[in-house]
Amino acid sequence: MKLLSLNFFYVVAGIFLALVAAHIAMDRSHPRRWGSALFWGLLALVFLIGKSVPAVWVGYLLLVLVGLAATNQVIGKAEAGPSLAERTASALKLGNRLFIPALLIPATAVIGTFLLGKIHIGGVWLMDSANVTVSSVGLGAVVAALAGWRLTRAPARTPVVEGGRLLQTIGWAIILPQFLAALGGIFAKAGVGPVVADVVARALPTQYAFIAVLAYCVGMTLFTVCMGNAFAAFPVITLGIGLPFIVQQHGGNPAIMAAIGMLCGYCGTLLTPMAANFNVVPALLLELKDKNAVIKAQVPIALTILAANVALMYFCVYRF
Amino acid sequence: MIKLVGILIVAVGFGLRFNTLLVVMAAGIGTGLVAGLSFNEIMALFGQYFVENRFVTLVALLVLPVVGLLERYGLRERAEMLVHRARAATAGRVLLLYTAIRQISISLGVNIGGQAAMVRPLVAPMAEAAAKLQTESANPAGRAELPEATVQDIRAHAAAAENVGNFFGEDTVFAVSAVYLIKGVLDAAGQKVGVWSLSLWGIPTALVAFAAMAWRARALDRRIRHGAAERRRGAP
Repeated sequence: MKLLSLNFFYVVAGIFLALVAAHIAMDRSHPRRWGSALFWGLLALVFLIGKSVPAVWVGYLLLVLVGLAATNQVIGKAEAGPSLAERTASALKLGNRLFIPALLIPATAVIGTFLLGKIHIGGVWLMDSANVTVSSVGLGAVVAALAGWRLTRAPARTPVVEGGRLLQTIGWAIILPQFLAALGGIFAKAGVGPVVADVVARALPTQYAFIAVLAYCVGMTLFTVCMGNAFAAFPVITLGIGLPFIVQQHGGNPAIMAAIGMLCGYCGTLLTPMAANFNVVPALLLELKDKNAVIKAQVPIALTILAANVALMYFCVYRF
Repeated sequence: MIKLVGILIVAVGFGLRFNTLLVVMAAGIGTGLVAGLSFNEIMALFGQYFVENRFVTLVALLVLPVVGLLERYGLRERAEMLVHRARAATAGRVLLLYTAIRQISISLGVNIGGQAAMVRPLVAPMAEAAAKLQTESANPAGRAELPEATVQDIRAHAAAAENVGNFFGEDTVFAVSAVYLIKGVLDAAGQKVGVWSLSLWGIPTALVAFAAMAWRARALDRRIRHGAAERRRGAP
C-alpha cells in the first residue's frame, strides 16, 4: 500500500484540469468557450479515470481532442491580468519570501528522492519507490502551491485561475509529448526500428572503422530526430548498427560505444520538434514568436557536441 | 520499407505545418494499418500508451498553479530585482551558471530544474534583468527597455541552458535511468558492461557540452552589447 502513489498525483492533476475547464465554461467572454472547456474537461477524465475505462475509449477520446486542437478550438484568452506596477508593488511587499514556495519544489524533490521513498510503517509506504522522482516533484508542486497560497493570502481560486492562464498559454501542445510517447509505442509495435537499421547498414561502407563510428553516432542523432526520443532510438540503432559493426566487426569497447552513443541521441533531441516537451512547450511557455527559436539556439551546441562525440568515440572505442 | 510510412507522414506533415497532434495521430494510424492492425486496435493502442505515459505530462501540469500564483504576486519582478544587486551579472553568465548547477545536481541524481518550474519564473527573468544591466552600464543616460528581438533571443537560450544542463549531466557520476536502459539493452544482447564504466565515459561529453554552452552564452552577451552600442549610436 502506498499513500502517495503516482495515481494520487494523477487525480490532483485531473482535478486541476477539471476546475480549469469549469472556469472556462463559466467565462462568457472566452473566445472559444465550449471547445476549450471540452478539451480540458476530456483531458481531466483521462487523468481521473483513464486507467479504469477500456483503452479503446481513450483512443476515440483522443480523436476528439485532436479534432478540437486541429480546428483551433483550444486557444487562450488575451487576459490583461494585474499590471506591471501592481506586480512590482507586490514583489516589493513580499520581498524574497516569494522565492520560498518556488524553491520548495526542488527542495522537496531532493528530500523526496533521498528520503521519502524509504519511509514506511509496516507494509504502508509513504511513496511508490518505483516512481519516487516523479512523485517527489509532484509532492513539491503541491507543497509549494499551499505555501504560496498562504504567503500571498490569495483567494482560493487564484491558483486555478492563474495556473489555467499558463495552461492556455501552452495550449494543446502540453499533451504533445505524451502523444509522441504513444506514437513511439506504435512504431515499436509495428517494428519500424529494425527496418531503419537495415537500410542504414546496407547503404554505408561499414568495413572502415571510422565509418562504423560515424554511422552509429549520426544514426543515433538522426533517428532521435525522427522519433523525438533518444531512449526509443537507442535499442534500434545500437542493435542494428553499433553492436554488429563497432563491437563485433572491429572489436570496439561496448561500454564506451553505448555511453557516447546515447549522448549522440541527446544531440538529436536538441534538434527536433518531435521532442516537444523540451523544444516546443518551452517556446510556448516563454511566449516566443518563433516556435523553432529554442531549436535554432541549440543547433550550434548540438552539432559541436556531436562532432566531439564522433572524435571521442573514434579515438577511444578501439583503444580501451 | 512500407513500415516507414509513419516517419514519412511526420516529415511531410511537419514540413507543411499541419497541426502537430493531427500529424502524430495520422502517423500512428498509417503505421498501424500497414502493420496489419485494425482501426479499433490502433485506437486501443493509442489509448493504452497515452494512459501509461501520463507521467510525461504530470509534472508540467502540477507546477502550473503555483508558478501562475507566484507570477501574479511578482515573482518574475523579484527575480529581476535580485539580479540588480549582482554587478558582474550578464545574461550569458546567468544562463551558464544555471547550466552548471543543473549538470552537477542531475549528475547527483537530483532533478531540480524544469522549463515551467524554473526557466519561465526565475531563470529567464534573471537573464533578462542582467541584460538590462549590461545595456545600462554601456549607456548610463537611458534606462531603455530591451528590444523585443533581444528578449526573444535571451529566452530561447534560457530554454537551451535548461536542456543542455539536463541532458548532459544525466549520464555521469551517479547512474540514473538512461544508464540502466543502456545496460539493459547491452545485457539482453549478451554484452556485459559495468554501470560505472558507462557513467565514466559520459564525463568527457558533459565537459564538451558545458564548453559549447559557454561559447553560446558569450556569443549571446556579445550580441546584447553590440545591440546596445548600435542603439546608442543611432540615438542623438
